[in-house]
Amino acid sequence: MNPVNYLYLSALLFSIGAAGVLIRRNAIVVFMCVELMLNACNLAFVTFSRLHGNLDGQIIAFFTMVVAAAEVVVGLAIIVTIFRSRHSASVDDASLMKL
Amino acid sequence: MSSAATVHSLWTTAAEIPDKIPAPHIEYGQLAPTLIVFGAALVGILLEAFLPRRARYHAQLLLSLVGLAAAFAAVIGLAAGGYATDKARIAAMGAVAVDGPALFLQGAILLVSLVAVFTFAERRLDPRAHGKRVDSFAAQAGAVPGGAAEQAAVKAGFTTTEVFPILLFAVGGMLVFPAANDLLTLFVALEVFSLPLYVLCALARRQRLLSQESAVKYFLLGAFSSAFLLFGVALLYGYAGTVTYSGIAEVVDGTVRNVTPALAGTMGNDALLLIGSAMVLVGLLFKVGAVPFHMWTPDVYQGAPTPVTGFMAAATKVAAFGALLRLLYVVLPGMRWDWRPVMWGVAIVTMLAGAIVAVTQTDVKRMLAYSSIAHAGFILAGVLAATPDGVSSVLFYLAAYSFVTLGAFAVVTLVRDAGGEATHLSKWAGLGRRSPLTAAVFAVFLLAFAGIPLTSGFSGKFAVFQAAAGGGAGELVVVGVIASAIAAFFYIRVIVLMFFSEPRPEGPTVAVPSPLTMTAIALGVAVTVALGVAPQYFLDLAGQAGVFVR
Repeated sequence: MNPVNYLYLSALLFSIGAAGVLIRRNAIVVFMCVELMLNACNLAFVTFSRLHGNLDGQIIAFFTMVVAAAEVVVGLAIIVTIFRSRHSASVDDASLMKL
Repeated sequence: MSSAATVHSLWTTAAEIPDKIPAPHIEYGQLAPTLIVFGAALVGILLEAFLPRRARYHAQLLLSLVGLAAAFAAVIGLAAGGYATDKARIAAMGAVAVDGPALFLQGAILLVSLVAVFTFAERRLDPRAHGKRVDSFAAQAGAVPGGAAEQAAVKAGFTTTEVFPILLFAVGGMLVFPAANDLLTLFVALEVFSLPLYVLCALARRQRLLSQESAVKYFLLGAFSSAFLLFGVALLYGYAGTVTYSGIAEVVDGTVRNVTPALAGTMGNDALLLIGSAMVLVGLLFKVGAVPFHMWTPDVYQGAPTPVTGFMAAATKVAAFGALLRLLYVVLPGMRWDWRPVMWGVAIVTMLAGAIVAVTQTDVKRMLAYSSIAHAGFILAGVLAATPDGVSSVLFYLAAYSFVTLGAFAVVTLVRDAGGEATHLSKWAGLGRRSPLTAAVFAVFLLAFAGIPLTSGFSGKFAVFQAAAGGGAGELVVVGVIASAIAAFFYIRVIVLMFFSEPRPEGPTVAVPSPLTMTAIALGVAVTVALGVAPQYFLDLAGQAGVFVR
């Protein structure tokens, strides 16, 4: 199969993730969409790695996974904290600082 | 069939087994500043785990100060050894550059962080909680605001001394960020300094809901933008087949020597290059706080604990502009006819939007946030020059601006009423009558922001605009001067409010800080005046440091 198709798939996943971040209301779901975007990046890295015949892209994919895991740790901690103090994880409720 | 063979060769090798894997060559001496800071951060974590609670504050404070000072000494040592000029080189197997701009910005970041540690450690501003001195960070960040667990933690006099190692981790990431010499290091450094900042934002002692909200906003938008940056990195990797800056630059310039068939296919595809670099720029402009990626700035600056805001506003901007400079001047100079018009537009919108919206603000921290957006626009004007003067003027501006910002936010922590910091502008009315010294110091910082002569703001702005005009961006300078005039209006308005209006009877009081915050503010004033009265030495320094290694 032509590897370029995987690039289209990765762009599609990235767009789905980006659209999800913009339209979903629950902070957890927004965060999942960000993770989807990161994984779309991974797919692109691995595909380009295959295309160019070098291993850089695959190595970077590992780094991305580690970074994504670290982001989950920090992100979930923050979201859980705000959920415990407000009993809501909706990003619309976080509006104490509107003008 | 042949493609199957090449694929197979990716993960299989001939029967001969290599007897040893060559270890990468790491130049520990040249990476010393970063390594010292990360080492201090790790030791800080261990102290947090093993020291009794009452000993932690002083141990952490000492460790942070010593670590940052040692790292700064290492930067000075490297610069004195000629690494900033003729011995500039690329260390750690091509991952990190050790050159003039990197060392200059690392030095600036370390000094700013050193001063930021003073404001982090301030424990005399908040009234004593049950007889124990407390700083501006939550007693126990995990406890629900107003809940029983929080009351118990406050009663026990807990303080979040973890902020010091967290700060050090952020500083470590910021040191790598402007020195990153490949896109992977750039991304990892971005995350290493962003993640600790998200946590720090959520740790305010007062107004914890605001603080947590700012952390959520910063985190979600920051993660969103770093995903954009990462996809841009993927596309640039696809375009050039490598992530090193020099490798991509060669492909962009068309001077690459051995062109594989795959590279021949992708390097003809300009869509990969254009979209990829645009997405990487989006990620960097977000960290810089340029319009239209500035939405997080006012909310995060307002909600975060004020010492954190000061640190973030000063150091993040230095690091992010350093990375932006290196990307535009080392990787993408070959396509400057493509990025200059776009950045031109971004700079104009950033300067004007920042200055105009700041006029309508009623909260000091929000006002300073919009002012930082306007200043991002001014710095972008210097970045756009695409000349050596552009680099050195931006370096100088960043160093000058970061001390003004840190000092201004340190003053904000002093003005307090019963609810903590009194950040609403109306409460600052008549402050000059009650506490002339505090108001005068704040006025110095505001005048520096406005770019009045004899302050560092003027020398910085003059250098940046001069470079922009010299680089053929004269129109940008006109817009910059107009934006400066608008911005001067609201800075002067605050000064008028402080000195020429009647103080309110129930107005805030100015807390008497410990020598820590006093030192921070005094250093801010000293640097502001020194760089304003005698900028030449530092301009020369920035001029010598203005050459990137490739």
